[in-house]
Amino acid sequence: MHAGIIFFLVILGSVLFHIFTPWYWTDIASNWQGMDDTITLTFWVGGGVFVAVCLFMVYCVFRYSYKEGRKAEYKPEDKKLEKILTWATTLGVAALLAPGLIIWNQYVNVPKNALEVDVMAWQWGWQYRLPGEDGKLGTTKVTNINDENPFGINVDDPFGRDDILVQSDYINLENNKPVKILLRSVDVLHNWYVPQFRSKMDAVPGIVTFYWFEPNKVGEYEVLCAEYCGVGHYAMRGGVEVQSTEDYNKWLSEQETFQDLIAKLEKPEFENKKIVKNNNFILNKDIYKEE
Amino acid sequence: MSDEYENKSSYQAQSSETISGTGSGVSPDIDYVRPAENPEQDLYHAHSFIEKWVFCQDAKVIGVQYFLTAVFTGVVGLILSWLMRLQLGFPGLAGFITAEHYYQFVTMHGMIMVVYFLTALFLGGFGNYLIPLMVGARDMVFPYVNMLSFWMFFVAVAVLMASFFVPGGPTGAGWTLYPPQTILEGTPGHGWGILLMLISLSLFVIGFTMGGLNYMITILQARTRGMTLMRMPLTVWGIFTATVLAMLAFPALLVSSIMMTLDKLLGTSFFMPTILKAGEVLEYGGGSPILFQHLFWFFGHPEVYIVALPAFGIVSDLISVHARKNIFGYRMMVWAIVGIGALSFFVWAHHMYVSGMNPWFGFFFASTTLIIAVPTAMKVYNWILTLWRGNIRINTVMLWCLGFIVTFVNGGITGIFLGNVSVDVPLSDTYFVVAHFHMVMGIAPLMVIMGAIYHWFPLVAGKMLDEKLGKWHFWTTFLGAYSIYFPMHYLGFIGVPRRYYEMYDSPYMTSGVGLNEFISTAAFIVGAAQLILVFNIVKTMKTGKKAEKNPWKANSLEWFTSTVPPEHGNFGERLPVVHRWPYDYNVPGAEEDYLPQTAAPSEVAHTEVEKT
Repeated sequence: MHAGIIFFLVILGSVLFHIFTPWYWTDIASNWQGMDDTITLTFWVGGGVFVAVCLFMVYCVFRYSYKEGRKAEYKPEDKKLEKILTWATTLGVAALLAPGLIIWNQYVNVPKNALEVDVMAWQWGWQYRLPGEDGKLGTTKVTNINDENPFGINVDDPFGRDDILVQSDYINLENNKPVKILLRSVDVLHNWYVPQFRSKMDAVPGIVTFYWFEPNKVGEYEVLCAEYCGVGHYAMRGGVEVQSTEDYNKWLSEQETFQDLIAKLEKPEFENKKIVKNNNFILNKDIYKEE
Repeated sequence: MSDEYENKSSYQAQSSETISGTGSGVSPDIDYVRPAENPEQDLYHAHSFIEKWVFCQDAKVIGVQYFLTAVFTGVVGLILSWLMRLQLGFPGLAGFITAEHYYQFVTMHGMIMVVYFLTALFLGGFGNYLIPLMVGARDMVFPYVNMLSFWMFFVAVAVLMASFFVPGGPTGAGWTLYPPQTILEGTPGHGWGILLMLISLSLFVIGFTMGGLNYMITILQARTRGMTLMRMPLTVWGIFTATVLAMLAFPALLVSSIMMTLDKLLGTSFFMPTILKAGEVLEYGGGSPILFQHLFWFFGHPEVYIVALPAFGIVSDLISVHARKNIFGYRMMVWAIVGIGALSFFVWAHHMYVSGMNPWFGFFFASTTLIIAVPTAMKVYNWILTLWRGNIRINTVMLWCLGFIVTFVNGGITGIFLGNVSVDVPLSDTYFVVAHFHMVMGIAPLMVIMGAIYHWFPLVAGKMLDEKLGKWHFWTTFLGAYSIYFPMHYLGFIGVPRRYYEMYDSPYMTSGVGLNEFISTAAFIVGAAQLILVFNIVKTMKTGKKAEKNPWKANSLEWFTSTVPPEHGNFGERLPVVHRWPYDYNVPGAEEDYLPQTAAPSEVAHTEVEKT
């Protein structure tokens, strides 16, 4: 008897926890409301199945606890019941899969007007590159990267000259404008993830990966690395500021282009910037020391 | 020796008598069972202490050896999890846990629990002990290879544990060992640690292949007379299918381990693209990190079912015995096990939706993944339908089974979130994933392991474990584990990423701090609660009640050995002959509420079902 009651309380507790939890989504700040909706749908269907199965189990515990001399039913199979359950489950699963696939289809098809943003990752930090007036990003190569050319842009690529370089962990984005994130890594796997945007994708050395979203809420958000990348993984943070078109354009006009950088380099007083930077507190803490 | 040969000839005579009985047409003999095709071969009997207990060829002793070694690794894994929870719940409290250490704990905990604990325990431990007993064989078909299998596993564990003591410590690359970071500076243990890990895994696969061949061939070739495939207990079906999966999946792990070892030692570039590190271009180029992920998960996903299928099988048997009712939909259960096993080879890339592989794969792998939910759900329905209209003993074994149902359904449902490609996008690499897989392949199989320990302990040790202590053990473990992992999902909703040594004062984390403290506290309690089992075993061995033969009134053959605990050769002079499936409980018309598999139809002629 006690067992049945405790199991019942566990089920009840789970439902109440879900209803009253103070721990839930951050407010969404992108177009991926559909993901949240599918999660909600899955909660209803899946949660319903969980509660139904467990309550049935609790019922059996109460109703059919051992009694000396009672005969259990002898019925090895029930073809009809099994068929009904199979089809009902198949239908339920299909109902969950369909919206999932529809949204995935949107996720892998990037809108034509999306702004391409080159996100370059390394152990352990980020920097960003935006297309210049020509609207196109120049091609890059890992082996081109050096102190003078922090993004490894191919110097003879005409599209690269006007690229806007943001040598910072922080980037600004324009509100209500779709963004195609192009991910690059120069060393190991990383993942540029903003919980409020819901979307993410790994950066893989050797290839360029992508995903897209449309920020729709002005504000500042923290960027987290979501793919384990070594001992500094947890400290590989950055930031995004979503701004109104006006503010964004103002910010954009203050950024340096690749052309500016080359011009600066020709001047002798230019001081080389250290490109391969590490998060300072990691270096200071000296936690990574081996052999 | 001579005695045994005599026995065998009489046993041959018995079979031919049966044949002539039916052949002569006197009466159609309902007890007829096909004669054995081959005469029995003698077993190799141990001659010394070492042969009996160390380099032993008896599958039961090997099973116990596997079990104890796996439990040892499990205790190491548990302690590592405590250290991790200490850091996560109370950051900075234990100053000796640096980020480097934390990642080493994460990695070793994961690899130990999945491979060296769960896989070895289910297949090496329960598989070795139960397969020959349940199919009515005297031993595995290749006892010597079986012995080698355990010792290879033992060496693999020794190499793994040695990595704690090498310069740089064990690898901290995460249990998935994703290159390139695995073998590069910036990851703890990128020198000796990772090498020992790869060597240990390779040894494990070699040892496991020896064991796996034994399990498969014993089940296919050494079943006793009358034990058709569709009369095998579901435990055997689960272990058999899991072993087939292991034979097909582990090679992928082996080749990826070998290739990565070459990348590390010889500078090949199987998984290594051009890499810029600290301002210098490394001497790698052209390799694919994603190729490793495909190989790893081609092993890694079936691995989930290598752990789950034996658990499914065992729990089916435990529920049936203690609900005093036949398992509902046996044939459906068998096909579900086989179907899940087959499908598990077509879902691996659902671990890689956001890995940067071609996103169009997502459609295929989401569909296959959700299809797998159907046979899995059928199994769940059949478990609870077995309880329905049963006569359920609410004892410790049954409690673990009920705990399994709750945790498994919970973890299965969250699997539907993660398998459904676009829902996975916000949740992947967060604590939702951590909570999901711990619930479904950590806690749920553990519930089955515990239930199995309480169920088969009387057979292995000849004494009954204490029920009262057992119930305390169950409730602390179940309630504790549930309150660790159920709320943990919600950290994932907030967006807290996994594998974070510290969250600092991230806006997502402020509300989660208290939750993390709670989870850590629960984790300490659950871990410590396992001492109740240790105490129970010690107490039982000293003063416990002696187990009668077949104390649970079960039907399957392991309870019908000549002695309890069974001796070498299991069944005494004659192997049992099987006439029915192992689920004949409460057969209408039968005197007892159970009919052993060995009960001949003529003995129970008045029942509704004479033969199954």
